Amino acid sequence: MNVKIGALALKNPVMTASGTFGYGLEFADFMPLDGIGGIIVKGTTLKPREGNDYPRMAETPSGMLNCVGLQNKGVDYFCEHIYPQIKDIDTNMIVNVSGSSPEDYAECAARIDALDKIPAIELNISCPNVKDGGMAFGVTCAGAASVVKAVRARYHKTLIVKLSPNVTDIREIAKAVEGEGADSVSLINTLMGMAIDIERRKPLLSINTGGLSGPAVKPVALRMVWQVAKAVKIPVVGLGGICTAEDAIAFMMAGATAIEIGTANFLDPAVSIKVRDGIHEWLENHKISSVQEIIGIV
Amino acid sequence: MKKFLLDLSVKSVEQIHQRYVLIKLTDEKPLPKMLPGQFVEVRVDGSPATFLRRPISINYVDEAQNELWLLVATVGEGTRKMASLKAGDVMNCVLPLGNGFTPAKNGEKVLLIGGGVGVAPLLYMGAQMQQSGLEPTFLLGARTAGDLLMLEEFKRYGRVYVTTEDGSAGEKGFVTHHSLLQQETFDRISCCGPTPMMKAVARLAREKGIACEVSLENLMACGVGACLCCVEKTTEGNLCVCKDGPVFNIEQLLWQI
Repeated sequence: MNVKIGALALKNPVMTASGTFGYGLEFADFMPLDGIGGIIVKGTTLKPREGNDYPRMAETPSGMLNCVGLQNKGVDYFCEHIYPQIKDIDTNMIVNVSGSSPEDYAECAARIDALDKIPAIELNISCPNVKDGGMAFGVTCAGAASVVKAVRARYHKTLIVKLSPNVTDIREIAKAVEGEGADSVSLINTLMGMAIDIERRKPLLSINTGGLSGPAVKPVALRMVWQVAKAVKIPVVGLGGICTAEDAIAFMMAGATAIEIGTANFLDPAVSIKVRDGIHEWLENHKISSVQEIIGIV
Repeated sequence: MKKFLLDLSVKSVEQIHQRYVLIKLTDEKPLPKMLPGQFVEVRVDGSPATFLRRPISINYVDEAQNELWLLVATVGEGTRKMASLKAGDVMNCVLPLGNGFTPAKNGEKVLLIGGGVGVAPLLYMGAQMQQSGLEPTFLLGARTAGDLLMLEEFKRYGRVYVTTEDGSAGEKGFVTHHSLLQQETFDRISCCGPTPMMKAVARLAREKGIACEVSLENLMACGVGACLCCVEKTTEGNLCVCKDGPVFNIEQLLWQI
C-alpha cells in the first residue's frame, strides 16, 4: 500500500484534505490518526486571518459550498501552539500554506521548513474565497510559477502544489509549477459556485460565491487528474468528492499516486480508514500485490 | 469529552405536534455520557438532497431506559426523513458534541427560558438540576397553546411558566414580558430559542445583571470544529458554534443588544 510523492514516503495512499480535518486532533476519537498516509492540516498564512463573515456554507445536491476564507491564527501561532500537539502523530503531517504575495508564501513556507516533523507542505494557490491572492495566483501560468519559484527558493522539503479547477486548461498550470520545481501537484481544489435563497432574493453565502466540494465535483476532478497525470512527470495527488475506496481506486487508475479525502470527513469522521481498508481489500480480491500496479493504468 | 460514532437503534418516533416529532433512540451498550446543551450530528441518508449531517440538540437522556431523546422540528427534507423513521431503524449519530450549559451550582436559582423547538435541551438541563437537588424554573414561550411542547415532561422537574403570543395559554406576549420576571429574581438564565427571542432575553438579563447563557444554532457541516463554517463573532474572535459552543455566555458574544 506504500507510495512515494517525491522524497515523501506514505504508508498508504490515503490522506485527508486541508480544511476538512482540522489538525487531525478533532478526529482522534473516531479513528487512529496514524492509520492513514498523511494529514494535510488547515490552511496557514503568514499573518492571522479572521476569514469571511457567516454564513459560510450551503448544502447543495451531493455537495456543499463553503466560503470560509482561510481563517487561521497565522504561522507563528501554528509553530508555537499547534505543532507541539501534532508533531508526534505517526504519519505525514503536512501543512497547507496560503498567502497574498509570493513573498508571503515564501516566508510562511520558510518558517514551516524549520519544523522537523513536518515533511512537506501543500501550497494553496487555488482558494476561491479570498480577495487577496489565493486563486489569483493559481489561474495563470505566470502567477502560479511566481509563487512556486519564491517558495522553492526557501523551502527544501517536499513541495506539493494544490491546483484550481477554475481554469481553462489545468495541464498548463501543472506544467508551469513542475517547471519551477514542485515535487507534486494535488488537484482539485473547490469549483467556484453559488446558491441563492429565492424567497429572500439573496445569495446563501456571505460573499455571494464559494467553493463547491463533495461527490458533485467528482467527475470533473477525475477528468482533470487524468489529464494532468498524462501531462507532467511529477506525482499527482487526486482529490474531489472521494467518499469510498472505489472512488479512490478510480482516481489512482486515472493517474493519482495518492488521494485526499475532504468533504466525506463530515459525513463519516472515520471514512479515511474505511477507504484505506477498502483499497486493501479490493487489491487482495483482484490479486494485485502492490497499489503501484493500478496507478495511471487508464 | 470523548466523542462517538454510533449506529443507534430507533425505539419510537412520536408525532407530538404537526411540526415536531420526538425520536427515542437506544443502543445495546450503555449510551455515552452526555451533558445538557450538547448535540448530536445525525446522518440522514447521504442522498443528494440530504447529504450533510443534521445537528439536533439532546432533548433528554433516560439512563434507566438507556434512551436518548431528540425533539425534531420537521423544517426541511432532512428532518422530514428523520420523522419518517420507524422503530427498529438505524440512526447513525456522532455524539456528544459541543460544550453544553454551565451546570447550576448549589443554591443557585436558575431560570430556563425556551421558545419553539428551542425548549428541547432545557428538559435534560432541568432533569439534571433536579437530580442535584435544585429546583429549576421553566419559562416557555410559543405562538399558541397548541404549540407548547412537552409541558407535562417539564412539570416533572420544576415550576413551569408559559407565554403564548395569542394568549391561548399562560400570559399573553413574549417570554420577556412574563410577570415572573418582575416578581422574582434569578442568579442565572439558560436560554434556547429563536435568535430574536434570545437577543431579547440577553437584553433583559444584562439590564437586570443576571448571568445568561444562550444556545446558538448556526449552520454547520463537520460538528467537531474542523471546517470553521459555523463561526460566531465573539470577544475572542471567531469561534465555532459546534465546538466552542453551542452555548455561549452573552458577554462573549458581539450581539448588538
